Amino acid sequence: MAMDAGTIERLIRDTLPDARVSIEDLRGDGDHYAAHVVSSAFKGKTRVQQHQMVYQALQGRMGNELHALALQTSVPDDA
Amino acid sequence: MTDPNVADRIKRDVTDNDVVLFMKGTPVFPQCGFSAAVVQVLTHLGVKFKGIDVLADPSLRQGIKEFSSWPTIPQLYVKGEFVGGCDIIREMYESGELGELLSTRGVATTQAA
Repeated sequence: MAMDAGTIERLIRDTLPDARVSIEDLRGDGDHYAAHVVSSAFKGKTRVQQHQMVYQALQGRMGNELHALALQTSVPDDA
Repeated sequence: MTDPNVADRIKRDVTDNDVVLFMKGTPVFPQCGFSAAVVQVLTHLGVKFKGIDVLADPSLRQGIKEFSSWPTIPQLYVKGEFVGGCDIIREMYESGELGELLSTRGVATTQAA
């Protein structure tokens, strides 16, 4: 099962409106992605909490439709 | 809902062992690239850990995801605390944070942090 990068980005932005999201389709198969998400909402949160926020935004798709999403999160420099 | 027995079992596993990795397959025969990557990091650091194969038990495979509110396997626990999945462990290993965390928590490694 595959999911397109646009959908992933939209779901993340719905929950984290200020997020800068860059997504790379690692194998070109719509199933293995790497995403870097930058949002001021991550400020003061642990890495685990930051990733949990992204997983929540994906509403249960992670680990189901979306098999592999290598995730990196960070806070913008000016936040 | 997680079976309370499964939740209890997980709690016991992560409390009784300093370092626990819930993974697909075993440390010797990982059955997923992400699990294998974390095993490799731990081996490289010379950390003694308990590997628990979630593929051997479907209720555990589901239960561990609910236990940590984390949707994927592998999951690494140090002294009862969930540290992260594959991406976080790799990132922390590369930055040296993982070695630091282990030594702060009093877990022996063969490699200097």
